[in-house]
Amino acid sequence: MTKRVKDEIVHDHNHDGIDRRGFLKCMAWAGTGALCVMQGGVLKSYSLSRLSDLKGPGAAAGELSFVQISDSHMGFNKPANTDVAGTLKAAVDKINGLSGAPEFLLHTGDISHLSKPEEFDAVDQILKGTGKEVFFVPGEHDVLNDDGAQFRERYAKSAKGAGWYSFDKKGVHFIGLVNVMNLKAGGLGSLGHEQLEWMEDDVKHLKHSTPIVVFAHIPLWSVYPEWGWGTDDSAQALAYLKKFGSVTVLNGHIHQTMQKVEGNVTFHTACSTAFPQPQPGKADSPGPMKVPAEQLRSVLGITDVNYVQGQHALAVVDSSLA
Amino acid sequence: MRRRVCSFVLMGAGIAAVAFMGGASRSSVAKAGQPPAANVAVKIDNFSFGPATVTVPAGTTVTWTNRDDIPHTVVSDDKVFKSKVMDTDEKFSFTFAKPGTYTYFCSVHPKMTGKVVVQ
Repeated sequence: MTKRVKDEIVHDHNHDGIDRRGFLKCMAWAGTGALCVMQGGVLKSYSLSRLSDLKGPGAAAGELSFVQISDSHMGFNKPANTDVAGTLKAAVDKINGLSGAPEFLLHTGDISHLSKPEEFDAVDQILKGTGKEVFFVPGEHDVLNDDGAQFRERYAKSAKGAGWYSFDKKGVHFIGLVNVMNLKAGGLGSLGHEQLEWMEDDVKHLKHSTPIVVFAHIPLWSVYPEWGWGTDDSAQALAYLKKFGSVTVLNGHIHQTMQKVEGNVTFHTACSTAFPQPQPGKADSPGPMKVPAEQLRSVLGITDVNYVQGQHALAVVDSSLA
Repeated sequence: MRRRVCSFVLMGAGIAAVAFMGGASRSSVAKAGQPPAANVAVKIDNFSFGPATVTVPAGTTVTWTNRDDIPHTVVSDDKVFKSKVMDTDEKFSFTFAKPGTYTYFCSVHPKMTGKVVVQ
């Protein structure tokens, strides 16, 4: 029991949702996976290896279950992972093996490495193996050279602007945002005025009790601005969500799991299915991190999210591909 | 003698293989009717441009080479030049005809910024 307590963040000491100790623990989750249950604004997280400690229904199952995958980088073939198709297939196997069948998939961007049609085709083909509907938002690697025209044509035909949209599943409101377009020199990810206006309007008429899930590629919280791991105007987007009791923000981009709670909002970043990136500031740059071949799959993964109706709780489970 | 000093200054600015044919002063080197084929290399390593600032005479061609495992671009802030995405070891060149200060960045990773000063 004492061991389990070690892995929990139960207090938001300085209102940024994360203390140094907690931050380091978050980092330690990379590759091992974590189950997170939000109850009354407090995130409790458990190492995947201790899932058996959880008692009662609702921890591992709920009314709505979906999977987040991210950063497939199809086309990448450097030493950090020379078989990104193989690791994406492993992710599909993992998804197909989940006990509570997820209803759909969210892909939080960097589907491709170089925005090439054949890269998108390969991902589409592999993800068909899940038999699930997939909702995409673009990463910066998906909008190279054509301002995202190909991405919109493939994945966001009926979306607004650069490809943002919302939908509802079993009472949960999902908002897919684009923060990889029109980036400014020296800046971070950007949502832009038009998208923010749309978002304000999109949530205006929702009940405060509606659980909200926002998904976008670059983190909507300031993970490490020195490496561009944040979004310049995310505070404005989050301001529109203040009235809601339960908000979950799912991001990719940083190729490692990290979480924090800030008021009513739980932030979570997912592993890549392709290659890991270093912990913030722990390398000269955020470039691909080469790990011993036998360890690679332990630092790649998928995220399984369960929504339990009536409990305002989203359980987020990270699984490695190992 | 003056010519030799001139060549020293330019070599110091990182310009290789500059030949001086009949130029009597520094300004005539930059503005000569048949300018020397001046090239300056900027390397992209670890998500940064190196050197981050280069100072060159007008007519110089700057070539960027991406040595990262991740693709990058070179885009001037005021859209004077814009590369296609460069994968590992790919290059982009632009010839700077007019003097001025050209700030640029990687549109994929906008924290990466650089500057070309054309004299």
